[in-house]
Amino acid sequence: MEKIPIRFTINGQKKEVSVKPNDLLINLIRDDLYLTGTKYGCGIGECGACTVFLNNKPVLSCLTLASAVDGKEITTIEGLDKENELHPMQIAFLKNAAVQCGFCTPGMILTAIALLKENPMPTETEIREYMRGNLCRCTGYVQIIKAIKSCAEGGLNESI
Amino acid sequence: MQTNTKILAQEFEYLAPKTIDEALDLLDKYKDKNIKILAGGTDLLVKMKTSDLKIDYLINIKNISELNFIDTADGLKIGAVTPLSHIIREEKVKMKYSALYEAIDSMAAPAIRNMGTMAGNLGNASPAADTVPPLIVFGAKLKLQSKRGERTVLIEDFITGVGKTIIKPDELISEIIIPEINKNTGSAFLKKSRVKADLSKINCAIYLEREGNICKDCKIAFGSVAIKVLRVEKAENLLKGQTVNSELINQAAEKASYEIKPIDDIRSTAEYRIVMSKEILKDGFELAWARAKN
Repeated sequence: MEKIPIRFTINGQKKEVSVKPNDLLINLIRDDLYLTGTKYGCGIGECGACTVFLNNKPVLSCLTLASAVDGKEITTIEGLDKENELHPMQIAFLKNAAVQCGFCTPGMILTAIALLKENPMPTETEIREYMRGNLCRCTGYVQIIKAIKSCAEGGLNESI
Repeated sequence: MQTNTKILAQEFEYLAPKTIDEALDLLDKYKDKNIKILAGGTDLLVKMKTSDLKIDYLINIKNISELNFIDTADGLKIGAVTPLSHIIREEKVKMKYSALYEAIDSMAAPAIRNMGTMAGNLGNASPAADTVPPLIVFGAKLKLQSKRGERTVLIEDFITGVGKTIIKPDELISEIIIPEINKNTGSAFLKKSRVKADLSKINCAIYLEREGNICKDCKIAFGSVAIKVLRVEKAENLLKGQTVNSELINQAAEKASYEIKPIDDIRSTAEYRIVMSKEILKDGFELAWARAKN
């Protein structure tokens, strides 16, 4: 197995690394770049805990080869804050107590941001539909949905 | 053997062609080895993690921009790496190809649909694949390209069994071609699963052409009821050319339930599938029938 040199941008920083063909994106992010906000949940695309943005679209890093991100742009939960200000969705999650154990939260927040980019004023049904690939075992989802709603009502780009 | 889904344990060589020609050269060069084509990876990587699938060369076609398109000029032509999320956002799919829209809408979640492709769903050849019944009832074809040339085959003939297709080792699915649909037609896709977004216990697509109260033409396909997606031709023939009423629909549903060949498996039982086949055929037919009116 020959190592493959790749270049990509992660949270605005350019990186050049060499990866093995069977390296997964999640392990590159967590083990090599020490960005441990992205979580390993099920490993088979059922839970959404490993969600990251690839070229601004949510994808699952546990089912993405590290070699396949050559030339692409990645955003993880660590890349959301601006000048030490949390992202409005992060604030909405905090204010609405949408975090219990916190394991699903990075994936939840990224997917929720993607939702509001596509649909700035979703109904509760639309929120539940869009978030269906992100599983939470503690909150019962009620506060998560409340948080997303309040963020939508506050306007995603408005700094809180 | 314990499976560890945190890593990909097996070793392989990775190839990432930028053009169709490069991909076909690679397929030709390595056709005697174990090659796999990676499009979205949402099925393939799970298989690589959880089974003993042997791969020598993995060819990632995702960066081939020639394969990322939707052409709506005549029917629909969809490139092999076009993500499912792009297909479902295409207005023509939503307006005219309801069954396909509903099938994709029922599949997994947004992140998976940003990765997954229809060509991958076909190549993977699961009997539960949700895009297959709609593609079959719309009479869709796919284009297979190799260094030797290209051929176009009906999707109905492409998949032959569980995970089995007629693709040759040096061939690449490059495009899915869905014919333009006639006026006065309607279609619908229904599925039963444990929760929405789950794999189907049973699914069904219906496409029909209506003239007043007469069903001029109709195609019905069921998934998850046999080793591959099945057309229920006896039920179709019962409906074709007839004046539609609820008794006729009931008869067709009864007939279809004898044509399918379901089994008991982890997701459901044969008995449940037979009972449900009648119900989703009836509901699906009525939905497609009402849509054909408009």
